[in-house]
Amino acid sequence: MDIFVQQLVNGLTLGSVYAIVALGYTMVYGIIQLINFAHGEVVMIGAMVAFTVITRLVGANLDLPPLVVVIAGVLVAIPVCMAVGYALERVAYRPLRRAPRLAPLITAIGLSIILQHLAMIIWSRNPLAFPQIVPVVPHTVPGVEGATITNVQIAIIGTSVAMMALLLLLVYRTKLGIAMRATSQNQQIAGLMGIDINRVIALTFVIGAGLAAVAGVMVGTYYGIAQYQMGFLLGLKAFSAAVLGGIGNLGGAMLGGLLLGIIEALGAGYVGDLTNLCQLTDISTTIAERCQSDPNLTLFGSNYQDVFAFFVLIAVLIFRPSGLLGERVSDRA
Amino acid sequence: MHAQADTVLAWRRHPAAARVGVVMVAVALALLPFVLANIGTAWVRITNLAILYVFLALGLNIVVGFAGLLDLGYIAFYAVGAYVYALLASPHFNLHWPFWAILPLGALVACMFGVLLGTPTLKLRGDYLAIVTLGFGEIIRIFLNNLSQPVNITNGPQGITLIDPFRIDGFSFAQSQAIGGFTFSGPIKYYYFLLVVAILVIVLNMRLQNSRIGRAWEAIREDEIAARAMGINTRNMKLLAFAMGASFGGIAGGMFSAMQGFISPESFVLVESVNVLAMVVLGGMGNVWGVILGALLLSFVPEVLRYTVGPVQHAVFGRTLIDPEVIRMLLFGFTLVLMMLFRPAGILPSALRKRELETKRGA
Repeated sequence: MDIFVQQLVNGLTLGSVYAIVALGYTMVYGIIQLINFAHGEVVMIGAMVAFTVITRLVGANLDLPPLVVVIAGVLVAIPVCMAVGYALERVAYRPLRRAPRLAPLITAIGLSIILQHLAMIIWSRNPLAFPQIVPVVPHTVPGVEGATITNVQIAIIGTSVAMMALLLLLVYRTKLGIAMRATSQNQQIAGLMGIDINRVIALTFVIGAGLAAVAGVMVGTYYGIAQYQMGFLLGLKAFSAAVLGGIGNLGGAMLGGLLLGIIEALGAGYVGDLTNLCQLTDISTTIAERCQSDPNLTLFGSNYQDVFAFFVLIAVLIFRPSGLLGERVSDRA
Repeated sequence: MHAQADTVLAWRRHPAAARVGVVMVAVALALLPFVLANIGTAWVRITNLAILYVFLALGLNIVVGFAGLLDLGYIAFYAVGAYVYALLASPHFNLHWPFWAILPLGALVACMFGVLLGTPTLKLRGDYLAIVTLGFGEIIRIFLNNLSQPVNITNGPQGITLIDPFRIDGFSFAQSQAIGGFTFSGPIKYYYFLLVVAILVIVLNMRLQNSRIGRAWEAIREDEIAARAMGINTRNMKLLAFAMGASFGGIAGGMFSAMQGFISPESFVLVESVNVLAMVVLGGMGNVWGVILGALLLSFVPEVLRYTVGPVQHAVFGRTLIDPEVIRMLLFGFTLVLMMLFRPAGILPSALRKRELETKRGA
């Protein structure tokens, strides 16, 4: 039970990061029906920028409280990422908005490679270790002995929830939100109603990139590491989360992200036990012999954690292509 | 395609000139490795790898260029072919099958993976397919990295070493040999083998393009619903494109294994898929000659840069500021972006593709 709750907590933390990144995919998809392949790279740049700011501030010995340092990192990362997001839209998507679907996908892949390697030139080929400024304090989960939740995890989950709430407010309660929803329904008519389509689409990218920046800082501080390639896998998983929830649907991205995080954490926690060959000692004597020396003889270990997201993605696409909350039927390219 | 038809017509009108042209190209290709060997043995190897990339690009061209399906995990099939060869012809399992048995088997296994991946995903929209194939490429790599436990199949990140070269009885492709006064080094032998296979593949591709299947792919790419209305079984045709592309990848992988003698999961990362895609896009999606040109350009230019950029940087700045490998990757990235923005149909566009990519999609 305590292991289960522990994995649930880890999964929720991871899942709320996925949810924030997935929102970026789903917003862009919702408004122009394109997958922003380079979104994962924006997350990476967020983490890298925050890394630079945080190490500089720590190195300057200003004796700032850790929280202020982290917030400063976030506050610098957000505008940088927003600029990158805006540039992506201008360079890769706007000129190709009316081109066949293959074209913007290919430019996005190209930009993703370019961003990765520029980051590698600017920062480093090697993983960068975030300075451990925030002391990690584990708290016991109420009612469950042995399962803990750390202050960092609480902060990540809390920030995510707050950002999701803000985003929902923005989309459903502001003028910009109305413009975004109108644009996603019909660009031409929205334009006729006096909405500046280009501005709304650019702002969607910018908002998504801002969310990505925060996600980047959260991943960086949670794992304590940032690397120029980190955006690829994270982006892929977040996209899977968006599809799981129903792409183009904000609530879906949040639900999908959280679910995917939980699936991954539980999967990684239990796949070893489930595929432990030592339960099968009566079937084969060779297994029995090997289990004597190695009681943890498993078919699949937790090193397969990264695979779960893809299986979820493929399963969703086969059985429910519209996702859990999506209404959009999978139409043709 | 129009341009090709024109050349063919011109050849028919001047058969003698055509024959002289073909003979000259053949002689040039036959002498090329000896010229390159004089510059440096490394260049023969680079040429061999370039031919392998031509091979891969032609395979991907079937999927992306002919059928219009964006496959971003193409290198996974290459990996499958490479590992099939490595496992069946190395001391790892102490198996030493002959290469002519393994290459087709590798193609078959890669083809099976292609069908396995294609069946659930091909009915989806193009961009989903792109992401799923991207994920598939990553899954294959994760499995290759981890399938050393509990039973050691792939030997994990260390990879497989001492892979057999191609060998027919006593004739090994890996050793130098003097035939009729010329010394044929290992890479030169491979060059001729690759050249023959490449010519076969090129002919196959050109025949395929104008066949019933090729036209069906084109129809699907242009308008899937219309294609279906014309009685084309779109699902099977797309699956065929996918499977055929995968088989090409599988064969190329087998040849890569044998040539290198060592493979590890590191050779099959995502960026390799992107490289091959860049080759297809640069030359011109759907045009066989364009794709060949793209593959050759993007194979040789980075190598030339490798030999020039480092020394130039040393001369100007006194140290290496930017690693040639990074420049290579940036080159691929910029190729994709700039080509799509300014010349989406490629350097040598196929006529149809050009028309398609230049007409604006209605909103």
